[in-house]
Amino acid sequence: MNDSLDPRVNRLRLDKNDGSFKVEEGENWNVFEVFHQEKRGAHHEHVGCVHAPDASLALIFAKEQFGRRKKCVNLWVVRSADILAFDLEDEDMFANNPDKTYRDASGFKVMDKINKFKAQTK
Amino acid sequence: MYGGGYIFDEPNGKQQREEQLHDDPVKLAAFEARIARGEKIEPGDWMPVEYRRQLIRLIEQHAHSEIIGALPEGTWITRAPGFKRKLALIAKVQDEVGHGQLLYNAAETLGKSREAMINDLLSGKSKYSNVFNYPAETWADVTVIGFLIDAAAIVNQVANSKGSYGPYCRALERICYEESFHLKQGHDAFIELATGTPAQKGMLQDALNRWWQPIMHFFGPPDKTSNHSEKLMQWKVKMASNDDMRNQFLDAYVPKIWELGLTLPDPLLKKNADTGKWEYSDPDWDLFFEVIKGNGPCNKERLDVRKWAEENGRWIRKALMREDEMERSALPVA
Repeated sequence: MNDSLDPRVNRLRLDKNDGSFKVEEGENWNVFEVFHQEKRGAHHEHVGCVHAPDASLALIFAKEQFGRRKKCVNLWVVRSADILAFDLEDEDMFANNPDKTYRDASGFKVMDKINKFKAQTK
Repeated sequence: MYGGGYIFDEPNGKQQREEQLHDDPVKLAAFEARIARGEKIEPGDWMPVEYRRQLIRLIEQHAHSEIIGALPEGTWITRAPGFKRKLALIAKVQDEVGHGQLLYNAAETLGKSREAMINDLLSGKSKYSNVFNYPAETWADVTVIGFLIDAAAIVNQVANSKGSYGPYCRALERICYEESFHLKQGHDAFIELATGTPAQKGMLQDALNRWWQPIMHFFGPPDKTSNHSEKLMQWKVKMASNDDMRNQFLDAYVPKIWELGLTLPDPLLKKNADTGKWEYSDPDWDLFFEVIKGNGPCNKERLDVRKWAEENGRWIRKALMREDEMERSALPVA
């Protein structure tokens, strides 16, 4: 096959390919999660993943993938295998958070008591 | 760019339907209720076998389309007319390859490895958007791709970004943001030819004539012939029907083509004032399926180039590989 519009493709002599090529499992390296910091003082936020042979190259790929547009001052990478997370099925353990008004400023009504006290002491 | 509006499904026989029957009905009901409430499904959540299968198919083919889609445009980087166009085209092609990575990651969260996806692409088992099986013959083709194919892809991707699978939606949000630059630079280059010399206009009209049928193919066969999309719509895997997306595209972009004094090679193309819908001649759907089967003008070249890249990149991937890293391999978490 030598009729590509792309001279670079013609130079590859692709017709020598016998079609038996297979990528091996693991050949595309390990997965790293990427965290992006938009400006100093902001949190690093999870933005996605990259495949890389180790953390230092993961950081370089993360720069290409997640730091080539808009603001970025810093990136973190961490192996996906090192992320420890709760099982999504256990999300009910957080379900009563809104009920715990004793952990919230809105759970304490001081004005009623102050007004009552003022009325009594008049 | 290129969530091929149409996702090819292999004839899947009875097996998947059997598996689907084994989904736990209680879990299935809770799953469907969650989607109906507008909640997202995340990688660790229970999901029906068929939902997982369809999503892998959809996201994987979308990823392949991004990677293969970079090839016809990449051809023109060395011959772009001027430094500004060359810079924009390099940036766009890099974005497309980046989109492929984002989408492969989203598909990996569903349990299919990157390597398995690449092998299925190379063997022809997994498809990519049909439009990339056509050659970009002139610079005007690049502007038609950059403007109209990207525009069609955006219609599809914006719809899909409101779907039910969290990692795919998040990838698409980032992709759509970058696509807005692709569309604008494509429109700019398109207008430059349309308002240029007679030779430039002629070149653009010729490209438009050649690309119109692949563009009409882009969103897939008409609704009346496509099957099993009801469940996929309920599960928010498919967010709009082929005809609806095609209509949305025609409504937004045909006027932008006509206003530049260009024509489209379909005498029946017009908007019906009563229904508000566009009417058009049926493109050749037999040809569409022939090209999907591998018999388009560039199918072989596209896959041969991908194969060459994988084969000749192997030595450096291996040279950088570290055994201690691979012992800690895992799927992406989100």
